[in-house]
Amino acid sequence: MANALDPHAAIATTAGGLTDGGLTDGALRTADGRPLVRALARSQSLARRRAFLLVLPLLAFILITFVVPIGQMLQRSFYNDGFSAHMPQLSQWFAGNPRGAEPDEAAWAALAADLQASAEARTIGIVGTRINYDVPGTRSLFTATGRQVRRGIEPPYQAALLEIDEDWGDPALWSAMREASSPLTGNFYLAALDRTRADDGSIQQVEERQQVYVMLFMRTFWLSLVITVITFVLGFPVAHLLATLPMRKSNLLMILVLLPFWTSLLVRTTSWMVLLQQQGVINDILTWLGVIGPDGRLQMIYNQTGTIIAMTHILLPFMILPLYSVMRTINPSYVRAARSLGATSWTAFRRVYFPQTLPGLGAGALLVFILAVGYYITPALVGGSSGQLISNMIAMHMTDTLNWSMAAALAALLLGAVLLLYWVYDRMVGIDNLKLG
Amino acid sequence: MAVPTYATPLERVWHYAYLVICGLIFFFLIAPIVVIIPLSFNAEPYFTFTDRMLSFDPEGYSLRWYRSLLTFGMQNPDATGWAFWSDAWANANWVKAAKNSIIIGVASTVVATGLGTLAALGLSRPEMPFRRAIMAILISPMIVPLIITATGMFFFYSNPCELLGIFGLPTNCGRLAGTYVGVILAHATLGIPFVIITVTATLVGFDQSLNRAAASLGANPRTTFFRVTMPLILPGVISGALFAFVTSFDEVVAVLFIAGPDQQTIPRQMWNGIREQISPAILAVATLLVIFSIALLTTVELLRRRSERIRGVTPR
Repeated sequence: MANALDPHAAIATTAGGLTDGGLTDGALRTADGRPLVRALARSQSLARRRAFLLVLPLLAFILITFVVPIGQMLQRSFYNDGFSAHMPQLSQWFAGNPRGAEPDEAAWAALAADLQASAEARTIGIVGTRINYDVPGTRSLFTATGRQVRRGIEPPYQAALLEIDEDWGDPALWSAMREASSPLTGNFYLAALDRTRADDGSIQQVEERQQVYVMLFMRTFWLSLVITVITFVLGFPVAHLLATLPMRKSNLLMILVLLPFWTSLLVRTTSWMVLLQQQGVINDILTWLGVIGPDGRLQMIYNQTGTIIAMTHILLPFMILPLYSVMRTINPSYVRAARSLGATSWTAFRRVYFPQTLPGLGAGALLVFILAVGYYITPALVGGSSGQLISNMIAMHMTDTLNWSMAAALAALLLGAVLLLYWVYDRMVGIDNLKLG
Repeated sequence: MAVPTYATPLERVWHYAYLVICGLIFFFLIAPIVVIIPLSFNAEPYFTFTDRMLSFDPEGYSLRWYRSLLTFGMQNPDATGWAFWSDAWANANWVKAAKNSIIIGVASTVVATGLGTLAALGLSRPEMPFRRAIMAILISPMIVPLIITATGMFFFYSNPCELLGIFGLPTNCGRLAGTYVGVILAHATLGIPFVIITVTATLVGFDQSLNRAAASLGANPRTTFFRVTMPLILPGVISGALFAFVTSFDEVVAVLFIAGPDQQTIPRQMWNGIREQISPAILAVATLLVIFSIALLTTVELLRRRSERIRGVTPR
């Protein structure tokens, strides 16, 4: 208690003085008589609240403009009321009759009534689009039938509808309508995994020529892995050189790494298109050197090669920078010590230097892989058909086929994978250690 | 870095081979960016060096692609003098795109830097609760694939009030898609992680006792912030802002999904140009953008050195 510099001691002394005033419970108190524990807790919670208030505006902004929109979009992957909202009577019939029940006259009547109402409300296109996802070519069946039914339809409805178009008798169509009659569905996820529901409700693989998504996911992960490995092979020596050179020289060479990093992605992709095309610079040089004949110009773009080359170039700085910042902190005397104890330079590198670079390697590899998995622009421009990744398929469903639920299901699977890797990154590296340039 | 005196001949050979390999990798990094610069002065509509260019014949070079950049979209490209330039300023497509890019870039940078710096200050306080989780959320726009972000924004910006329906509020309040505000907010979201990363990195080396010293000398929190904290973290804030600007200036996916025809930016115009009919005019734009990024890189490097100097961090 004699230490006057210790704030706790000072407060305790004050509290001791107060005990004379009748407070005899022995607890430490502040100058104004409050228990110290409570005062400290209060001031800490105040500090916490202040810190949180500083972050709150941005957190709210990100939640509203980023997290909620993505959540809303993902909801489409398992919720689609395109059919059920506009075909209520038929949906009710499906709910009341088990799978496999032959559509009776009541079902046909419900179908006719719904078609009529939907055609009146001009929502028949939405209904047709929803069924069209599962049974291609049926959108026009709905719209055309809707037009006719609107003019009036007489019972018996089964015969009347079959006369308009005998496709209405197709069991696959009825099975698809049953699936769509509930707005909650896992079918888009099944489709994203190249699976489909058979007429009896069992899950089976789609025909071989329609299997695209699993292959695309595999290709995306495989190409990302290849690109990560190439960036490591190219990035490691460069990072090592930059880390071991004197600061002045390495700063100068660092510009060569940072300039591509700061240059527009589209510019870099464009220059690869220019360099790699059949009438481009690289093919010209190879022809001039006589490596290839004038007829043997290499096809290096609009295929996987193009995607790999351009993405490696674009992602290379993301590997070099974390490696460099870790290598910079490695003490060179460890390697020297290893050498002086008789290790060959290869052993010293393998057993002493390389293990110390692993944190940087992990950070760089994870970052490159995460960014590569979600790449869209570069594959879209230089990938041709064999270099397309899953992102391009999501974009296609968004803008061309307009099957937004399918896009959402693919996005959900991709996002799941990316978030898992992000979590690993945070565990292993820590987001705080993310550095830019 | 020199070869140690005890190196074996094989190690010497390996050392020089290693230097050559590094040289080749540096070449791989920089050559694609450098090569488009001379190609943009090509007098012919080809994407390779013509014989006349290789023999340094002045005839082989021309500014025609730069001129075509300027005249594309103009009403009267044959006019001269003042009429030409005012027409270019008002109507040329690339000039319009540049104006849009700058408006959107500057506005989104202001939003991202303001909110981001404030949040970084909070995140750097030791008392911050749930620091790790919040940081992970704030950085996520950089990690989540752009196509997913853009898709989500596409639906949200078409009808931003849809979710208010849960609370029984009106669900129709106009659209943000196809407006400047929409694109600016989207780009601010994408730029925020960069601001957070650079500013928190600057604050790591920040000595909190300086704030306490200011407070004990009677400064209120505002004075402390503007007179003590701000000058020290300013280099970090500016480089964060530059990152956010570049992110917006280079962004094309979100623009494709949520911008309308009035918000045509440079990257979007480039995207259209590359997808439809790629002409050497694209290389002229690319050259201008490379020069722009050299200027930005120089600024960031100077700021980094200044920041290290005033914080007393001297490089080895």
